[in-house]
Amino acid sequence: MSRDTALVSADWAEQNLETPGIVFVEVDEDTTAYDGGHIPGAIKIDWKQDLQDPVRRDFVNQEQFSALLSERGISNDDTVILYGGNNNWFAAYAYWYFKLYGHESVKLLDGGRKKWELDARTYTKDVPSREKTNYQAKAPDLEIRAFRDEVVQAIGVKNLVDVRSPDEFAGRLLAPAHLPQEQSQRAGHIPTAISVPWSKAANEDGTFKSDEELAKIYGDAGLDGSKDTIAYCRIGERSSHSWFVLKELLGHENVKNYDGSWTEYGSLIGVPIALGDEPGKA
Amino acid sequence: MTSPTAANIAAGCAAPDQSAPLPASVDLQKETVITGVVRTAEGELVGGAYVRLLDSSGEFTAEVVTSPEGVFRFFAAPGSWTLRALSRFGNGELAVDAARGVNEVALGVATV
Repeated sequence: MSRDTALVSADWAEQNLETPGIVFVEVDEDTTAYDGGHIPGAIKIDWKQDLQDPVRRDFVNQEQFSALLSERGISNDDTVILYGGNNNWFAAYAYWYFKLYGHESVKLLDGGRKKWELDARTYTKDVPSREKTNYQAKAPDLEIRAFRDEVVQAIGVKNLVDVRSPDEFAGRLLAPAHLPQEQSQRAGHIPTAISVPWSKAANEDGTFKSDEELAKIYGDAGLDGSKDTIAYCRIGERSSHSWFVLKELLGHENVKNYDGSWTEYGSLIGVPIALGDEPGKA
Repeated sequence: MTSPTAANIAAGCAAPDQSAPLPASVDLQKETVITGVVRTAEGELVGGAYVRLLDSSGEFTAEVVTSPEGVFRFFAAPGSWTLRALSRFGNGELAVDAARGVNEVALGVATV
């Protein structure tokens, strides 16, 4: 993978809004932004309503994902362009789902809603109608998804990349600073994890930094290119953004997203936790 | 718009409705809330502005989009922070010394 195959620019998007076989999809946790105005022709996917299992703590399975995309009118051979708010966090999360379920052609819109807004490009409130399809998701590719046991075994062995803010990493904050801080889990980070906040990979307008800048950021932080990598955050969406950078833009081979992330790890009984700004010992 | 109940805070990381009242579950004895409005030089409230919270080393900590009334809100910790706003009407920056409880500020944006 590379920038050319995984990412499209706002200019490219604007020129391809009506191109057959290309579907624009806005993904957010709060879809009121879509309802208030979205990129012309784009459909919406609600990260919580559509992509999370309503009962178990997990995301939609192969059948549920197939049913969702069929209902939204996306077919297996469509090129899907994902974008959203929050610097594309939830769009990157959805991108990871599309990859996990084997969709051939999926890309992120560089900068997402933010760049579109700051560029003062056109929004519409018109909701397109698409004919239902018979989408067939593939079996989940677990080469890109990490579970808790693997994460515990990775301490001191693989690259663990904590992409939360420095204060969350150190244990001074429990959640991103736009959310109330009271949470059930313990504060801190997984021992030996390096701190590379997701935001370091993004420019102020939400676009990704250049490949050279990105490679330098992870290199300076101590990422060992010869090892497998697991990225995590609080619930797995900011780490999807960093997973996208490492796997899809920089082309690292074995990169997994730990979507259980700190809300799971910080609640586990008996696992080691490191406090403070240093990675800590295994 | 959904209100930021305990349930949806636990579910996701997106910023809750910025103009909604503070949820009753928020304990102001413990939380350090930094809140305010974004205005242009002419005093117009700016909705849809991107406000980011930077820590004392200038590192990005969080970002929210202002409500239609220009309101933003962060849950931080006591200490020195910088607020930075980006909008169609220009950008702005403000240093904040936050204490526990509610810290109210006004953030102006202007084209350079």
